[in-house]
Amino acid sequence: MAVSNPKFDASDALLAGFDSPDGAKWAVDKRASAAANLRRMGAPVKRHEYWKYTNPTGFTIFPAPSAALFHTDETPMFDAIDRVKLVFVDGVFDAEQSDDLTLENVQIETLSDSLSKDIHWAKELFGVLENNGQTPVDRPLAALNTAVAQEGLAIRATGHAPKPIAIRYLHSSETSDAMVHHIVKVDEGAHFTLLESGPGAARFNSVMEVDVADKAQFHHIRTQGRDHERRTATHMFGRLGLESIFRSFTMTVNGILTRNETVLEFTGDNAKATVGGTSAGDGKEFHHDDTVFVTHDSVDCESRQVFKKVLRNGATGVFQGKILVKADAQKTDGYQISQGLLLDDNSNFLAKPELEIYADDVICSHGSTVGAIDDDALFYLTSRGVHKKQAQDMLVLAFLGEAIDEIDDDAIAQGIRDRLEQWMERRHA
Amino acid sequence: MLEIKNLQVGLEEEDKQILKGVNLNIGAGEVHAIMGPNGSGKSTMSYVLAGKGGYEVTGGTASLYGDDLLDMEPEERAAAGLFLAFQYPVEIPGVGNMTFLRTAVNAQRKARGEPELTAGEFLKEVRAKAKALKIDADMLKRPVNVGFSGGEKKRNEILQMAMLEPKMCVLDETDSGLDVDAMKLVAEGVNALRDGKRSFLVITHYQRLLDHIKPDVVHIMSDGKIIKSGGPELALEVENNGYADLLAEVA
Repeated sequence: MAVSNPKFDASDALLAGFDSPDGAKWAVDKRASAAANLRRMGAPVKRHEYWKYTNPTGFTIFPAPSAALFHTDETPMFDAIDRVKLVFVDGVFDAEQSDDLTLENVQIETLSDSLSKDIHWAKELFGVLENNGQTPVDRPLAALNTAVAQEGLAIRATGHAPKPIAIRYLHSSETSDAMVHHIVKVDEGAHFTLLESGPGAARFNSVMEVDVADKAQFHHIRTQGRDHERRTATHMFGRLGLESIFRSFTMTVNGILTRNETVLEFTGDNAKATVGGTSAGDGKEFHHDDTVFVTHDSVDCESRQVFKKVLRNGATGVFQGKILVKADAQKTDGYQISQGLLLDDNSNFLAKPELEIYADDVICSHGSTVGAIDDDALFYLTSRGVHKKQAQDMLVLAFLGEAIDEIDDDAIAQGIRDRLEQWMERRHA
Repeated sequence: MLEIKNLQVGLEEEDKQILKGVNLNIGAGEVHAIMGPNGSGKSTMSYVLAGKGGYEVTGGTASLYGDDLLDMEPEERAAAGLFLAFQYPVEIPGVGNMTFLRTAVNAQRKARGEPELTAGEFLKEVRAKAKALKIDADMLKRPVNVGFSGGEKKRNEILQMAMLEPKMCVLDETDSGLDVDAMKLVAEGVNALRDGKRSFLVITHYQRLLDHIKPDVVHIMSDGKIIKSGGPELALEVENNGYADLLAEVA
């Protein structure tokens, strides 16, 4: 009698939803290995511990739920910045709308070009950090991405990049179901900034693997567009070498379902990582999940997780953050804060902060709070003549500000503040 | 200008009456002081005038130049010319002192149909006024009241008052937590705003502040009512004899 294996069935259904890509033999092998991983773990389901607070159905059903296109006259994010602009439309690279793939001290290729060749660094990166990140927690959507994603960029910074690369993800089809996979290598001593903006597709699955070599710096700032109906699952896998710096910040407003996972591993001593984000959600359809896993496996490293969410009209925010300090990772300084600001009684913030520490000489702190606007502060501001709505906005922005302050670049930070302020103002009508 | 008639106020959350029929008239340019034992309702009155939540007005009226204060939102009361200097100014992390002050000044100007101050005009004015109160540039840049000492917080209140130019200033125990020098500085700040039209209501426990801010009328409040009013000599009497005699006298 044939026994059906639900894990195989569900993961095969996911894999069957996408074409199998070509490439060099090594790349095909990596994809096959990722597909095998996916079959082993199965598709994500709500009963999995790691999906307890977020229902993954929207990420796994076929066809992808459609999402209405969103139109706005506002200046696209990062447009005012001197950068190399690279455009993806519904997850497909659009050379016409993009700048040339040239930047001093940086090699830029499309992923498919990179995977069709025998490039040493790409071989060592593609699927590797994703695969490492599958332990101890399964991340099936990332395995799926490695198995089938054909689109993306392979970026290698060999020195200081004179300006950022800004990837813009446009959403132009209501039924688009996109997979994008980037690999980024920042060589020893190199500095590189990557900006991402836009919704990507009706359903968007992105994986970025980032290898930050010794003494290198990687800065990443991302905004995920204003589309209301989009679904987005992102994974960022980072490996940090000796004395390296990794900073990532994400602003999310709107969207039905967002899960941003960040998986970082310190492999060299004296490195620093910050991962932070602000999200703003309005309405019971809004569900936003930040899931972070930081592994300290070297000495004297510092990690910070700073996440703030403002939620109204029944919106839901989730934070799952873990700091794992291995036995030899002495002098680790780990910090984690997640806070939800609920603007009404119907909204929810669910947090699961975790510390797992095996070293005995570390500083680790974590905090998680959920609260409402402080009435005393609101009264103080209004008693000076500030209109109540404006006073409330000031307090919301002040709350989100602690996360925005993690952004190194003042102009970009101000741009993020402005967008969030506008988001609040639009809700006064 | 400030007319309070038979004002009765209770707590919203519990069945407790705090103000039991307060009557008070403060004319233009006058300085009135309210003294009284702890729990007599002095601070409640200042909060109710400014529009703080949590209180329920069960009777009476309060108006400023004929406008019904009790019917207005806190920001409308501010725009109408009322200012409350807080006993415990609130710390607001993440909101810059200058940003807050400029937003407040311009919100009030807008509400009154006056042109908003440009960044340059505002900066010039705030710097001059801050200097007189010995508030340095660093304090202006910091988040509202965060990390301020007790004296700095009170000076910051007076700076806000100077910038907002209210018609009616209510000072709720502005002397609490201040050393003698700081109190003098704050009093000088208040006196500088006395122009013959602006009125003041000074709530205090101690006569000492009234040496620096000379009142025209002193009221004694007890158990939610004003039980006695008189000249500055009334404050001296309290300082010398405490409230016991006065309370006995009325009882």
